[in-house]
Amino acid sequence: MTSPYVLATLLFYSVSLALYIWNLREPSRMAGIGATVCLIGALGLHYLALLERSRLIHAVPYDDLFGSLSLFAWLLAATYLVLEAIHRRQAVGPFVLPIVLVVFLLAHASEARPIKAPPAQGPLFAFHVTLNILAYSAFAISFVLSVIFLLQNRRLRDHKLGMVGWRFPALDVLERMTRSSVLIGCGSLAAGMTAGFIWAHRLQGVYWDGDPKVIVTILILAAYIGYTFLAQTAAWRGARASVLCILNFMFVIFSYSIVNRYLSHFHRYF
Amino acid sequence: MEIVLIGLNHRTATVELRERVAFSVEQACEAADQLRSRGILDETLVLSTCNRSELYGVPRELATDSAGAVELFLASFHQLAPADLNGSLYRHRDRSAVDHLFRVAAGLDSMLLGEAEILGQVREAYRIALDHGATGPVLNRMFQGALEVGKRVRNETEIGTRPVSVAFAGVKLAERIFGKLNNHRALIIGAGATSEQVVRHLCDRGVKQLRVLNRTEEHAVDLAARFGGEVIPWGNLASALEWPDLIVTSVSGAEPILTRAAIERAMGRRGNRALLMIDLGVPRNVAAGVGDLYNTYLYNIDDLTEIIEQNKKAREAEIPRAEAIIEEQIEKFMHWQAGVAASAVLGDLRTKLAAERESFLRERLSSMSNLSERDRAQVAALLEEFTDRVVLHPAERLRGIPELRRKLQNLEALRDLFHLDREKP
Repeated sequence: MTSPYVLATLLFYSVSLALYIWNLREPSRMAGIGATVCLIGALGLHYLALLERSRLIHAVPYDDLFGSLSLFAWLLAATYLVLEAIHRRQAVGPFVLPIVLVVFLLAHASEARPIKAPPAQGPLFAFHVTLNILAYSAFAISFVLSVIFLLQNRRLRDHKLGMVGWRFPALDVLERMTRSSVLIGCGSLAAGMTAGFIWAHRLQGVYWDGDPKVIVTILILAAYIGYTFLAQTAAWRGARASVLCILNFMFVIFSYSIVNRYLSHFHRYF
Repeated sequence: MEIVLIGLNHRTATVELRERVAFSVEQACEAADQLRSRGILDETLVLSTCNRSELYGVPRELATDSAGAVELFLASFHQLAPADLNGSLYRHRDRSAVDHLFRVAAGLDSMLLGEAEILGQVREAYRIALDHGATGPVLNRMFQGALEVGKRVRNETEIGTRPVSVAFAGVKLAERIFGKLNNHRALIIGAGATSEQVVRHLCDRGVKQLRVLNRTEEHAVDLAARFGGEVIPWGNLASALEWPDLIVTSVSGAEPILTRAAIERAMGRRGNRALLMIDLGVPRNVAAGVGDLYNTYLYNIDDLTEIIEQNKKAREAEIPRAEAIIEEQIEKFMHWQAGVAASAVLGDLRTKLAAERESFLRERLSSMSNLSERDRAQVAALLEEFTDRVVLHPAERLRGIPELRRKLQNLEALRDLFHLDREKP
């Protein structure tokens, strides 16, 4: 936590979060621009912090749990920034940034120590891991958006919009943002898994050795593809699709935690 | 450079009086011409809306009672006795006039706090006066400032964002659900005045697909024709429910026309696509249980009224932020005006000193016969250089030091001290 990059990143994320909240409470063009600029700054500094950590552990930053978490936070913030640019909506920022901050703090709470086990190497492997973590980040965003959708839907049905209700994106926009992030996640996960299969084949001569992590990841992909179809059907569109998206993310957390920690043979923190 | 404002508005005058004192575009130009030709004002601008008639001006002569003259003119222009306006007019001068205009442009002085229409009306009044050549540097700057205030207040505060009319609240709610409305479909059941207000707002927000149902079909035809909609026969009500994203109902009848069963069937046929129903009818046109159906949103008149009350309070809460912007812009304007006034005083002072110098030289040099023409010219040049220094140095300081301009806002004392107005044309 003593690295200047880590401290500066923390500061920039915090200021960005404060400005996003301010902008949600009292919309102001300057606060909105400031929030985005600080987030871009935080992403730059966070990248340098990841690079520094990589050098210290003599491995890519996702070879230990903390590095993996830090990369997840970085990709989460980056995915959010892309969505903000596409949909021109900042009201979701106050809900995504706290997750980024908490994960970042968790990631950098521990000292970076060199890893004893030889890390997996090669650009294909890096591609595999980065894309998979990007997919988890995109799914995390879709989770946040689904929660906001349900809250906003409840407000609208109960006729209690309150102060914030008028500032959130429309339900339709929230649905589209959720679908965009799920599509980013599915694309990244499919590409990341493909890279993983090819890398495993190069390393072991087989594409798949029956690792539970792979099975769970395929199921996650299937669940999210199922969501994208169901979300547009008569019975599921609206709040039900959002609940499904939230449940899917619980599956992601299960994969990221229990499966990684206890079930997988060689997948560690991604 | 005094600024005067004489006017009346919805708070000070009855609608009858406001109607009599209203200016058409032609009358506004005519009034400006007369005020200038009679020597009452140098610059003039008439702001006339349904809720206010205001005359802004920069008087020609400081000594005269310009505000009184404008008041008399206003009465005579509209063929009223001055007594008819007693108690209805407000008068503002200088900073107070600027403050009033900026509040008007910000929507703080409107009947409906924060309404946006007034800014367009201020812009239009300014454009007309400018095109007519009735304004000058002071009113130009003042009205440009007012337009900036109006824009900033609407961009930087939420004073005008939340709807405070039933019709607009319904449309804004639709936007909370569907986002932009240009690709969405609206079904209007009932063709009365309330429905028309909603249709107007829907069309303003980009709704292009509109269907109208009414028991009396001629009214539906009339409404649909005016807004480019399609008329559906009353008998097709049940099948019409499949089509829209938004239903607005405003018909009279003891029983609801949209029952839970009818909407449930329609939702099934429309694949549970989200449906917003705005029920403006009293008694209600939509059965209460409809709002419990999946993906339906039901608002009746009471719900909308409650939202409007909340929004009014929210708008009122934005007043301090709007006032802070107004204060900032007033300071900017007063600062500019002080600079212009200071420059004008220094210019007058320079002219006065030049005249005094010439007179002084004539008087003193006539008794110095021993001086050659060259010496006389040299003395004159030296004196000219001296007087220029006396004035130019403070002028440069005034240009360079904004704080000094602020301190010198009241320059009348300086004018009096040097008798600068006595020789004005």
